[in-house]
Amino acid sequence: MRVSRLTLALAALIVAAVFAGVLLGESVFDGHQWAQAFSDPESGPGEVLWQVRAPRVITALMVGAALGLAGAVMQGLLRNPLADPGVLGVSAVASLGAAVAIVLGAAAIPGVVEVSSLAGAGLAGGLLILFSARVRSPEALILFGVAVSSFAGAATALIFNLSPSPIATAEVMGWLLGSVQNRSWVDVAWVTPAVLLSSVLATLTASGLRMLSLGEETARTSGLPMVRLRLLALLAAALATGAAVAVAGVIGFVGLAAPHLVRSAVRGDPGRVLAPSALAGGLMLVVADLLARLIPTDQELKLGVLTALVGAPLFALIAWRAAREWRL
Amino acid sequence: MTAFLTMWDADASLGGRIVLDGADLQVKVGELVAVVGPNGAGKSSLIRAFAGLLPLTRGAVRLGGDDIGTLSSRDRAARVAYLPQERQIAWNLPAIEIAALGAPFLRAADAQARARDALKEVEAGHLADRGVAEMSGGERARVLLARVLTTGSRGLLVDEPIAGLDPEAQLMVLERLQARARGGQAVLVSLHDLALAARFADRIVVLDHAKLVTDDTPMKALTPEVMSQVFGLSGRWIDGPVGPLLAAGRRQLPG
Repeated sequence: MRVSRLTLALAALIVAAVFAGVLLGESVFDGHQWAQAFSDPESGPGEVLWQVRAPRVITALMVGAALGLAGAVMQGLLRNPLADPGVLGVSAVASLGAAVAIVLGAAAIPGVVEVSSLAGAGLAGGLLILFSARVRSPEALILFGVAVSSFAGAATALIFNLSPSPIATAEVMGWLLGSVQNRSWVDVAWVTPAVLLSSVLATLTASGLRMLSLGEETARTSGLPMVRLRLLALLAAALATGAAVAVAGVIGFVGLAAPHLVRSAVRGDPGRVLAPSALAGGLMLVVADLLARLIPTDQELKLGVLTALVGAPLFALIAWRAAREWRL
Repeated sequence: MTAFLTMWDADASLGGRIVLDGADLQVKVGELVAVVGPNGAGKSSLIRAFAGLLPLTRGAVRLGGDDIGTLSSRDRAARVAYLPQERQIAWNLPAIEIAALGAPFLRAADAQARARDALKEVEAGHLADRGVAEMSGGERARVLLARVLTTGSRGLLVDEPIAGLDPEAQLMVLERLQARARGGQAVLVSLHDLALAARFADRIVVLDHAKLVTDDTPMKALTPEVMSQVFGLSGRWIDGPVGPLLAAGRRQLPG
């Protein structure tokens, strides 16, 4: 029952945050403009609400949900509270894919950066699945992921190093900082199916993630099809991470912190934490994006920068509480 | 009675080291068989081979008459439940949820009802709603044992279930495993405590350097010669209040 209440509460907060995200922004409307925005979507105020803010807010919601879900899956799969979508290198390889597309001048062609980024996530996911088929230890998988991540990070740095165009370099850098600025309904159409599919895949792995709480050997002798469940979990996490990075660049801390925000409400259950983590991640990013728009700065704050700035102290607080609970 | 757990001429190695060398063993329904031996003798390997976690390089393992390799993971789990020595639990799950993981294919309510009974069986009913982070090591061990009892599997493979428990809890755990054997299950348990193994087991299997040294009733298995050669101990049987007791001490060194 606590989970249902939690889910309902998160859903209600998301609805409120989405409304706020659509209604609030840099442009301030008078009464007539508000009426125009709702009565005529083709009008100027209507365009701002329905073609600028709304797709941006929904993109933030979907990207946050994808990151929260991927973080929860990763933490359950690796039995590690420090795991997040970046830990196995999926984010880094997806970023590398996008950076390559931008530097090659393909950013102007719609969808190329996204496809390239998703291809990177798919490559990383494939490598992880191949590795995990041979080695079952979560520690070994993390180390392999760290190696993949480091290599992809170095390759991205090499692109900066060798790129002849400072414009392309700045573009890659801006993209790497993470943002949902100027995202359209096309981006929503990109990210939504991937998030829904990864949610279905992740839900199928819930029993396996729960069993993995007791360790690898107990899970393997439980009768559950752990090889298949592990594969599905990696696929779900890679797809969600890839979709998020493809649409919004690299956004840190949401995937790490969202599961911890809701974990105690589901009594630690790594299976039941999945849906609330996705909701919490979505909520976090919608609120963060709203803050990024409302905080008065010369240049709009990048979402990845804001989530890290706000998320790090918050996460320290969560870690402190968790350490007390676990008597670490 | 026919054997439920059977191993023939089993060889296995781990990281290049031989951990089972020609092991033959049968455990019948209704029996509690204790595996004893010094550290590194191969006790856990023997149990893991029955659980399907250690592939054999020669020989065979049968569960309920069927070769382990021919069984699906679900069929295998329906026949044997395994409790590893490792007691790490990743998240602060409540005891009832952990015990219910023994029946992952039942409806949640049915699994929890069975788990609640198993927790009561190991005298941990009062812990049902407590998170593992708030439990002592001994309490955690009981909860994990309850998970194995929740499975309803005919064979129980239990690796060092009493390590780190207080004396009363050690007796309770072994009494429950003995009762499970008497109730129609085949129980294979590894133990370090020779006196308790001798007291509760129907048969004792002594392993040394991956080889099965002896497999017999406690008094015939733990002879002074075996005690001396395998464990480096002097041991003899004495009359105790609940039957023959094994008294063991460090062997007197010459000189």
